[in-house]
Amino acid sequence: MVQAPEAPTDESARPAADAPRVAAGAQARPPTPNRAGALLRGATSRWAGVVAAVALWELLPRLGILPAEYIPPASVVLPTLVGLFGDGAFWSDVGATLSGWAIGLVLSTVVAVPLGLLIGTNTALHRATRVIVEFFRPIPSVALIPLAILVFGITLDMKVFLIVFATFWPILVQSVYGVQDVDPVARDSARSFGLNRREIFFHITLPSAAPYVVTGLRLASALAIVLAVTAELVAGAPGLGRSILVAQSAGASDLMYALIVVTGLVSLLLSAALSAAERRLLHWHTSHRAVQA
Amino acid sequence: MSRRVVLLALEVLTPLVVLVGWFVISAGSTSLYYPPLADILERFGQIWLGAGFVSDALPSLGRMLTGYVVAAVAGVVVGTALGLSPVARTLLGPAVEFLRALPAVLLIPFALVVFTDDTTMKVFVIALGCSFPVILNTVDGVRSVEPLQLDVARMFGFGRVERLWRVVLPSASPQIFAGLRASLSLALILMVVSEMVASTNGIGYSILQSQRLFATTDMWAGIVLLGLLGYLINIALVVIEKRVLAWHRGFRASVLGS
Repeated sequence: MVQAPEAPTDESARPAADAPRVAAGAQARPPTPNRAGALLRGATSRWAGVVAAVALWELLPRLGILPAEYIPPASVVLPTLVGLFGDGAFWSDVGATLSGWAIGLVLSTVVAVPLGLLIGTNTALHRATRVIVEFFRPIPSVALIPLAILVFGITLDMKVFLIVFATFWPILVQSVYGVQDVDPVARDSARSFGLNRREIFFHITLPSAAPYVVTGLRLASALAIVLAVTAELVAGAPGLGRSILVAQSAGASDLMYALIVVTGLVSLLLSAALSAAERRLLHWHTSHRAVQA
Repeated sequence: MSRRVVLLALEVLTPLVVLVGWFVISAGSTSLYYPPLADILERFGQIWLGAGFVSDALPSLGRMLTGYVVAAVAGVVVGTALGLSPVARTLLGPAVEFLRALPAVLLIPFALVVFTDDTTMKVFVIALGCSFPVILNTVDGVRSVEPLQLDVARMFGFGRVERLWRVVLPSASPQIFAGLRASLSLALILMVVSEMVASTNGIGYSILQSQRLFATTDMWAGIVLLGLLGYLINIALVVIEKRVLAWHRGFRASVLGS
C-alpha cells in the first residue's frame, strides 16, 4: 500500500463538532483505509508519475514555457539538492526544524490527550468548555506570531509555543470525540461483568478512543511542521524556513528550490512514518484490519 | 430537568466568566506584553472599526476572497478531471501529493521570485495553496460515486455531461465541501503569513508592524480581529454547508435511520 497521507484535508483540518458527520468524516472519524492515497495506486504508477513530474520540470523551463531565470530546470536544482547532504549548515537547519516539531508535538500531546479524555468522560466539563474550545480552535495560530516573538524572542521556545497552540486543539477535540464514541453496549456489558470505573477506562474507553486520538496526532503533526516552517520564515528563527527565505533574497534560486523540495520530502516522510506507526499500533482496529482483507 | 438547566448554565456562563476574568485581572495591568482588555477593545474600535478597516482589512479580505474563489473553481475542475481519468492520476498524482504535503507557506518565497506585483503574488499563494485540499477531496468524492447510480443514469440515457452534472458532482459534494472548508481556514492563514513576509498593507502586516513598534495594545487588537475572523468564517461555512447539503443529510438520515 502506498504510504500517502490519508486525510486529504489534514494540512489545516479543523473538524467542526456540529458539522454533518459525512462531510466532516475525513477528520472526525478515524480514517477509513480505502480512502488512503486516493490519487495513488501501486508502485509502478507512482514512479511513472514521479518521472513525469521531473520531466515536466526539466522541459517547461528548457523550452521557455516557464521563465528559466525564475524557475531553473530540474537538472540545475537536483545537483544542488544532492550537494546539500554534505553540508553541515543544512543538517543543523533540519535539526532545528525537527526539534521544534518534536518538542511542540510532545508537549501538546502530554497536555491535550489527558485533558480531552477527562472532558469526554465528564458531561458537565464538556458543556462548560465546549464554547471556549469552539472559539479558540478556528483562531489562526499565525496570528500569534507577533505575540510569540515579543514574549519569547526569536528562539526555539517561540516556535514551540506556536506549535503547541496550533496542535493542542485538534488533539483535544479528537480525544473528546473518541471518548464519546465508545460503544455504550460495550461499556454497560463491562459494568455488568463487575468491572470497576478504572478497569472500564483502561479496557473499554481507552482502546476505543485510541484511533481518534491517533488521527488527532496525525493532523497535529502536519500542522506542527507547517507552524515550524512558518515561524522560521516570518520571525527568522533558525531552520529550513529561514534558509529558504535567505536563499530567495540572495537570488540563489537553485538553492531555494532545493530546500523547498527537501522540506516537502521531510513532511511527506513524517506523515508516512506516522501512518505506518498508526497501522502498527492499531492493527487490531477494524479500520486497519480492513486493509489486509 | 434541573440537570439540563445546570448544564445549559455551565455552557453559557463559563465563557462569560473567562472573559470577565480576563477583563478584571488585566484591568490594572502595566505590563508591556499584556495590556488591559479594556484598552485592547478600545484600540480595536479605533483601528479596525475606523481607518484601518479601509486601509488594511479590506485589501486583506479582497485578496483572500479572490484567491479562495480561484482555488475553489480550479480545485473542483482539476479534482474532477483527476478523479475521472486514471491516466491523469498516474501522471500528476505524485506531483499533487508532494505539493499537498509541502507546507503551503513555502509557496511564498517561490511566489516572491516569480511575481513582481505584490497583490498578484499573494492571490497566487492563496489560490495555489488552497486548491490542494479541494483537489484531493474532489478526487476522493468523484471516485467514490456509487457505480450502481452511474449505471442507472447510463441506462436512462444520460450523456457524459449530464452524468457528471447530475450524478457525479452531487454525490461528491459532501467531500467537496469538506475540502472547501479546510481550504478557507488555510486561506486566512496564507493571507496573514504572506502579509507578514512581504507587504505594505493588510492585517498581517499591521499586526507585525505594531509588534515591531512595541505597540502591544494595537497588536492585541489585531489578534482579536483575526480570532473573530477565523471564528466567523467557520460559522459561515457550517451554515452554508447545512443549507446546500440539506438534501444529503435528509437522505442519509432516512436511509441509515441515524
